[in-house]
Amino acid sequence: MCGIVGIYLKSKKFEKSLGGMLSKMLVSMESRGPDSAGFAIYNKDKNKIYKYSICLNEMSFERFRKEIKKKIKLTKLDKNSDHVILKSTEKPSKIVPILEDFKEISLVGYGKSIEIFKQVGKPSNVVKKFDLNKFSGSHAIGHTRMATESAITTDGSHPYSTGEDECLVHNGSLSNHNNLRRKLKKNGSKFNSDNDTEVAAGYISNSLKDRNLKQTLKKGLSDLDGFYTFIAGTHSGFAILRDEIACKPAVIAETKDYVAISSEFQAMAHLPNVNSAKIFEPEPGVVYSWGK
Amino acid sequence: MLLDLKKLKLRSVNEKLQNIDRKKNKRDFVISNPEGNHAVCAGLTDNIDVTIKGHVGYYCAGMNQNANITVEGNVGTGVAENMMSGNVHVKGNASQSAGATAHGGTLIIDGDTSSRCGISMKGIDIIVKGSVGHMSAFMAQSGNLVVFGDAGEALGDSLYETNIYVKGKVKSLGADCEEKKMNKQHKIKLKELLKKAGSNIKPEQFKRYGSARKLYNFNIDNVSNY
Repeated sequence: MCGIVGIYLKSKKFEKSLGGMLSKMLVSMESRGPDSAGFAIYNKDKNKIYKYSICLNEMSFERFRKEIKKKIKLTKLDKNSDHVILKSTEKPSKIVPILEDFKEISLVGYGKSIEIFKQVGKPSNVVKKFDLNKFSGSHAIGHTRMATESAITTDGSHPYSTGEDECLVHNGSLSNHNNLRRKLKKNGSKFNSDNDTEVAAGYISNSLKDRNLKQTLKKGLSDLDGFYTFIAGTHSGFAILRDEIACKPAVIAETKDYVAISSEFQAMAHLPNVNSAKIFEPEPGVVYSWGK
Repeated sequence: MLLDLKKLKLRSVNEKLQNIDRKKNKRDFVISNPEGNHAVCAGLTDNIDVTIKGHVGYYCAGMNQNANITVEGNVGTGVAENMMSGNVHVKGNASQSAGATAHGGTLIIDGDTSSRCGISMKGIDIIVKGSVGHMSAFMAQSGNLVVFGDAGEALGDSLYETNIYVKGKVKSLGADCEEKKMNKQHKIKLKELLKKAGSNIKPEQFKRYGSARKLYNFNIDNVSNY
């Protein structure tokens, strides 16, 4: 199973309520994924500041703050439960290796817009823990997980981010992820878990170097073997793709103000004006994208 | 009688509709605010009329017997799955596996359905006024599937004795499904079904597809088709 949700705002009207909208969507998908939940929320770029989303795991915030201060001239550390958003003007090429040296923490994503929070537990608890309601932004993607092929851990939770401002959520299972992981590792990709979705995220990041998101997902149809509905996000928007067998559900609701995607309609039943929205299922093997 | 799913629990609504007091004469029900809930109107057995005002989730009107259920919205996976009798009318679109394994009754969908419409159907009549997705009527055994629009890939794959009537284009036929001659009895049956759906399209505009009956029993020569 697993539940996936996403909202892309076409107008500024709902920017402030984006977190609240996504929160309700995630909670209503709890029955599809009670093991863990996570979300990526995109806020517009500010002054070229990079945001590094970090899960502290067992490390205390105080100890992390002390140790990181020795290594990076910081702009700001925003603590949110067991996650921290580290804000710095320093580029990822400098910061990422430093953060990777901290063995206790997990770097769950980075970019100029993206912030990622994910944790094990029921989605209703996870959204409360991170106070998702207070978030604003331009678009957001979320996931509720029913674990099938790897452990219930933070590293096994979605969304997966393997590139700047990129993220992926997935409902389904891939059958060729081990082979693909080996190939991608040879090309320099790094993976933190045994999870199949992380491989798909790595595949997408690798492919995005030469293609746009739509072309990347289209190519994924022949390279990724298995069942999937993907929502992939970038700094400017997101795209959805279902495999050609299309066992994994998805429904899209589009109004003049927003595009919402979810595994089941009930996740969007509360959205403003959803009853007058254009509601449709994405066709198998067809990429739908919004934003650039 | 109005049943508001914002105020009442789904289970209490279904229990009420499943246990109609026959001495009272209430036979008309309206369900409001379905909000994508699953299994709305599942397991009804009495000859009652229910109108659902809005979009519903999975398995709406599943296992239906006798009841007439109208959905003024879209339905999720498996609408009218395993229906035995009665009528289900969806005014919007349906997701995958509409009318799956159903033994009887009539399912009318005004919009499109996605994949596997009528999978393993066993006697139901399904009339889709839009198009159907891939693998529709997969392993269908009996009954009729009528499609006003187009059919997706592998229509009627591994088909038994269901009659499929399609007015539009068929992207491809599945294993052991072939175009068949439309005989007089088929035209009469199709006319009756079209009338039920309130349509005056002429049966001659449809093509009939059915089983080539080559895969009924295992034959080593056909191994690649199984």
